Amino acid sequence: MAQPTDHRPPRVAAVAASDPAMAELLARTPAVIAPGHTFESVTDSIGHLVLSKRTPIGWFFGFAIAFALLMVLNVTIAKLLLTGIGIWGNNIPVGWAFDIINFVWWIGIGHAGTLISAILLLFRQGWRTSINRFAEAMTLFAVACAAMFPLLHTGRPWLAIYWLFPYPSTMGVWPQFRSPLMWDVFAVSTYGTVSALFWFTGLVPDMATLRDRAKSRTAQVIFGMLSLGWRGSARHWHRYEIAYLLLAGISTPLVLSVHSVVSFDFAVSVLPGWHATIFPPYFVAGAIYSGFAMVMTLAIPLRKFYDLEGFITMRHIHNMTKIMLVTGMIVAYGYANEAFFAWFSGNKYEEFMMYNRMAGPYAVFYWALISINALMIQLFWFRSVRDNLPLLFILSLLVNVGMWLERFVIIVISLSRDFLPSSWDMYAPTRWDFGMFLGTIGLFLALFFLFIRFLPAIAIFEVRTMVPEAKLKAEHHG
Amino acid sequence: MAHEETAPTLYGLMAEFDNPDALLHAAEQARLAGYRKMDAYSPIPIEELSEALGLPRTRLPKLVFLGGLFGGIGGYGLEYFCAVIGYPLNIGGRPLHSWPQFIPVTFETTVLGAALACFVGMWALNRLPQPYHPVFNVPAFARASTDRFFLCIEAVDPTFKLDATRRFLEGLQPVGVSDVAP
Repeated sequence: MAQPTDHRPPRVAAVAASDPAMAELLARTPAVIAPGHTFESVTDSIGHLVLSKRTPIGWFFGFAIAFALLMVLNVTIAKLLLTGIGIWGNNIPVGWAFDIINFVWWIGIGHAGTLISAILLLFRQGWRTSINRFAEAMTLFAVACAAMFPLLHTGRPWLAIYWLFPYPSTMGVWPQFRSPLMWDVFAVSTYGTVSALFWFTGLVPDMATLRDRAKSRTAQVIFGMLSLGWRGSARHWHRYEIAYLLLAGISTPLVLSVHSVVSFDFAVSVLPGWHATIFPPYFVAGAIYSGFAMVMTLAIPLRKFYDLEGFITMRHIHNMTKIMLVTGMIVAYGYANEAFFAWFSGNKYEEFMMYNRMAGPYAVFYWALISINALMIQLFWFRSVRDNLPLLFILSLLVNVGMWLERFVIIVISLSRDFLPSSWDMYAPTRWDFGMFLGTIGLFLALFFLFIRFLPAIAIFEVRTMVPEAKLKAEHHG
Repeated sequence: MAHEETAPTLYGLMAEFDNPDALLHAAEQARLAGYRKMDAYSPIPIEELSEALGLPRTRLPKLVFLGGLFGGIGGYGLEYFCAVIGYPLNIGGRPLHSWPQFIPVTFETTVLGAALACFVGMWALNRLPQPYHPVFNVPAFARASTDRFFLCIEAVDPTFKLDATRRFLEGLQPVGVSDVAP
């Protein structure tokens, strides 16, 4: 983690001798951190966002909108608990609809945070440093939003807990561990826990920085407690770095397993459109794709309104766009694969499933999905698009619309028309379905606004390792 | 004998540096001079410091392995208990101990056990949370979390002699040397 990455000039110089075209390409690559930063300036410009007494007026404006949506969530949950899940549009055969669509959508969004904090760390991608903190926060908040749906789709969660968690109930009933839904409970709760541990571990040295720089007594006490008495001892850093690396190593297979397990919810069943071996990798790619779209959606306004352009540079924007392009293409391959196997299987139910997607009553959603996730993302090939921030912001929002549609297509279209035409039925969401969905967006945004106000949105100590001062000049022998 | 007299009133002597190289150099020199009870403090992790200070390898990876092992065995055991002993369901005569279907949860509990062991183990080995520590008594130490680097030689070190150690630290061209109250 501590490797300095801003080594462009020597690298450019080294390449220039043998390959001038490559050197020019490297020189055009924007820096990971703006030049001229020092330990002090990095600490100040990020710490200031938290320690400053003045909250930007735009923050209140944004938080007000998020809070209003959060209240929509409260009303919806109250109505749900008082009435029951009959207020939703779910029916037979579409027994799963907005609840699982939104669950999968939110969980998928969370995956980018873990990818950035764990997988890119293992691959020594230094550019992850200035985006990992808020991406991890995004993961936690997205998992919290996701958890709302499976929890509340039980109607009254406190009566349903015995199916989910193994505890010795008086009925002597134990959960069914052969069900992918149980796997899901364990995967998502493990994922939430490990993400929280990882996030908190990363925060501790920064809490110590804020403790030492805070002027007000309250801030000193609160950050002092959160810092656990961190003092930057070499002994502590040594174990800390090993723990951080181990957590990254543990989180990497975990994040891949989580969306695989989510895809098993579908793939293990026998429903046409669900029973497919491509699901686990295709779901994981889709998760990372939508997650990066959400990181972009958050990063573009964040860097602008908080003057963080020196930390979240165009290098980050370019790299994230490229990851979206790659994962988006994997997802598009998944769509092609589904269509191919529907035809190649020779199975009339599979064939009908594909026909129904393309020309059935919900065909407009399928084609909207293909237009976004297969066609629109081709724009990311162009550097002019990758440089155009307002356009990227809109495209990222559309990617998340596309990924939401993907789950709608998979879930609702397959369920509404299965094997027996006599059991077919249409599905339409009610306003309570929309209320709950908008409400979780409110919860997510409200948490995010609180996060950027009260905690450092960029990992200060990790960015410190990127400045030239951090590089050891002399050769040392211990 | 000097350290026995000063021990109750002094935790140690602390030198302040303004760059990681100076701290690393100081740590190496201090070790060469025979000091062992010392610690370095920095705002960024410096990998080379562990070697310079002669820190032992940490037991953390072993703890994480054990945590993962317990998590995995515990998760599988839980599933075995639920499916075979606690609530056996005969579904078309299929085996109760259907191990392939127990793998995903076993994997997740392994990860959970390892991650919890890593988190708890790291803080416990570091003896944190620890709200009070003598080094915080040095006013300049407030910058240890921003841009200053410190080396503290503790009074309990057998080689520690107040005057000699102070001269030694001053010889390393620090920004300053301070007494650390206990």
